[in-house]
Amino acid sequence: MTDQKDQTSRGGQPPLLELVDVSKQFGGVHALQGVSFELRPGEIHGLVGENGAGKSTMMKIIAGVHTDFEGVMKIRGREVRLRSARDALANAIGMVHQELSAIPDLSVAENVFLGSQPTNKLGKVDWAQMNSKARELLKGLGLEINPKRSMGSLPVGIQQLVELSRVLFSGAQVIILDEPTSALSPPEVARLFEVLRKLRDEGRSIIFISHFLDDVLAISDRITVFRNGRKVITEDTVNLDKDAVIAHMIGRGSKDMHMGEDAVLKGDDSKPVVLAVSGVSDGKFLHNFDIELRAGEITGVYGFMGSGQIELARALFGKLKLRKGTVLLDGKPVKFGSTAAARRAGIAFVPENRRMMLFRSEPVFKNVSIAILDRIHRLLLRPKAERGITEAHIKDLSIRPPRPGIALGSLSGGNQQKVALAKWLTHLPRVLILSEPTRGMDVGAKEDVIRIVKSLREKGVAVLVLSTEPETVLTLADRVTVIKKGMAVKEFSTGRIEKSDLLGAA
Amino acid sequence: MSQTEVIAAKGFNAKGFLAEQLRNIAPAFTLVVLVIFFSVASPTFLSLDNGMNILRQMSITGIIAIGLTFVILTAEIDLSVAAVANAVGITVAYFTIQPDYVNIANMPVQGWIAIILALAAALLFGLVTALGMTYVGIPSFIMTLAVMQIANGISAMLVRGQIAYQYPDLITTLGSKTAFTIPLGVDEAGKALFIPIGWTIVVFVIFLIVSHLVLTYTRFGRYVYMVGGNREAAEYSGVNVKLVISAVMVICAVCSGIAGMLGVAYFGSAQQNQFDTFLLDAIAAVVVGGTSLFGGRGGIGNTIIGLLVLGVVNNGLDHIQMDSFQKILIRGLILLAALVINVYAQSLRERQSSKD
Repeated sequence: MTDQKDQTSRGGQPPLLELVDVSKQFGGVHALQGVSFELRPGEIHGLVGENGAGKSTMMKIIAGVHTDFEGVMKIRGREVRLRSARDALANAIGMVHQELSAIPDLSVAENVFLGSQPTNKLGKVDWAQMNSKARELLKGLGLEINPKRSMGSLPVGIQQLVELSRVLFSGAQVIILDEPTSALSPPEVARLFEVLRKLRDEGRSIIFISHFLDDVLAISDRITVFRNGRKVITEDTVNLDKDAVIAHMIGRGSKDMHMGEDAVLKGDDSKPVVLAVSGVSDGKFLHNFDIELRAGEITGVYGFMGSGQIELARALFGKLKLRKGTVLLDGKPVKFGSTAAARRAGIAFVPENRRMMLFRSEPVFKNVSIAILDRIHRLLLRPKAERGITEAHIKDLSIRPPRPGIALGSLSGGNQQKVALAKWLTHLPRVLILSEPTRGMDVGAKEDVIRIVKSLREKGVAVLVLSTEPETVLTLADRVTVIKKGMAVKEFSTGRIEKSDLLGAA
Repeated sequence: MSQTEVIAAKGFNAKGFLAEQLRNIAPAFTLVVLVIFFSVASPTFLSLDNGMNILRQMSITGIIAIGLTFVILTAEIDLSVAAVANAVGITVAYFTIQPDYVNIANMPVQGWIAIILALAAALLFGLVTALGMTYVGIPSFIMTLAVMQIANGISAMLVRGQIAYQYPDLITTLGSKTAFTIPLGVDEAGKALFIPIGWTIVVFVIFLIVSHLVLTYTRFGRYVYMVGGNREAAEYSGVNVKLVISAVMVICAVCSGIAGMLGVAYFGSAQQNQFDTFLLDAIAAVVVGGTSLFGGRGGIGNTIIGLLVLGVVNNGLDHIQMDSFQKILIRGLILLAALVINVYAQSLRERQSSKD
């Protein structure tokens, strides 16, 4: 605590934003407890912590989403009480959410000026002015794009910058970025960082929340670490390294975090091929893609966002039609007309966004049993059997809280991901396709998922892991295919490879 | 840590429970209030006889509403229910010998064949709807609007403005005859008192029980709820969503068809447009009962309450001698109130589940 006061005085300037002894409860549970935080003018402040550590809660207090909390919030030394997100914006605090709120069917300019379009005297939207202003704003961020283009036609990284420009246009001095790099490729991250540094140098302050410690360490001037609803430390980034941050985050030293920098591949060509994919195209994202998945092996597919991984996974699971090419399952050609057909053939899939396959308001056990209902029930349901199976998974996967009847939406993200996996574990699939299996997860949950996937390999499942994070692929895979613009451009099957090998190939 | 998690979980559940129960409590509460109100306002309302009246009046609508419950649970809608009921009712009459004075170029066949043909017609309507929705990809709202027109067209062509009066014996029995009577002893004058239970009510109750069992205890029922709860998640879990959607549309069409056959016998005539009010009543019953328009929540229990609320309103307003024009307005207001609760309950639930 004294440490922190020293820093304030050392900084010389009064903080732009300050929280003093802030606490917030949800249903009697402290989500945030006695947290003090200060944001200096012109700094990029990294915020890290495991899921549920309290960083989202604090952000929502600052952004005016949570309005009832204990403690004091000050802006430029003046005590304020925000009543809404709009109120926060009026106080020059803007937030760019992890899940972008852009409207894909509107143009870039319309998205920038959402809700505040410039109008002429008659009250009609002044399109010319709007477009030229938008162009100017985006240029300020180093973006040369046509403001008349539809938002949906742009890559996620650009959409994010457009959102950022919307927040900037509204006059925000404090900009909160929630997991801004999770969907970005390395060049996109580099561009974002450039923009952020520019904004900082103009005197704006940025709160940068992320699970990607490398990114936080690379961009932040200072870092605040949260654990269990409390602030652990605020420290200048120069005095920190990844190990130190992790130690603060989890309260224990972890050597495993070095995993994913390199790997020794152990592809074994004597293992039988379960799924052989050759020359498949979907006419848009996949072009002549080949891959072989072997029993008892984890095959990784690495590539930047939009390289075709998402489409590959869906095509193999019967969600997306293939125009060309053949898929052989155990040597027999297959074509799935529906996801149900793929599931019955023994293909399982966990998509990158867990919301896609989970029923938030249904209990955990119904989420687990939905994929195996036809195996445990002929006609009538047997809820006891469902709960029994779910309880076994809860124990195996250490899902918290350990209650099969609780609504899925009340679980943390990592635990939800485990439930998504549990769907496919009762009756082992022949092929398990995992898209971004550990994205956005805290360290503990990540390790659990890695352990589960590896245990499936031991049981002879052919696992396909698709990711835009080289670490994920290197941590898990026995062999790696690099996908680039829908084609398999490089395959690694044995020997030692490094992150740079993957980045170089993609 | 685990301690706090459990507390958090319980707190969440209590609130979620309340949010969840709003859609069940509100309709039941409405029903009780209405019954009390009409009992006080009219001396003739609260009697066993009148209770049976209400039940009889809602049986046909009820069978349609049961089919519609399946559809609405998957977050779809079927606007063709009344038209399909009408067309199937007319179809069964079309295949039955009519009296000489009925000027319809019909094709009389044996009674059981006529019934099978009519059921096949209902099935066909359901299949066409299902194909249009799943194979072509037409939204149910528009697809069933088209099927409604088609069914009305077929009705019109079959009867050509005439009225048919004869149906297969089985249909006449189920639609208009008494199944059994419940004796209530004798009155002061020594006359035996009894309450007749019509076959229509028996069929309705059987439909209620079977559909409730299907929705609650079968795998298919679970799929219906899960597809309604989150269609994408169901698909990513390997559920054949198109098959489930097709099945509920066919179930709905067949329910409507059976209601149509019983209906023409109940009315004693088969003619165009005689089911027009049933569409709104059936939808209203499902929604007033609290089944979510967004799918995944509600069920047959809710539909029963919804039917009773509408039945009590329709019947009760007659008992207090209200202007029949005001009656229409009041029904509209009740439907509006139900919609408000329905949507409010949904947003309450979503707020509950979007915690942090």
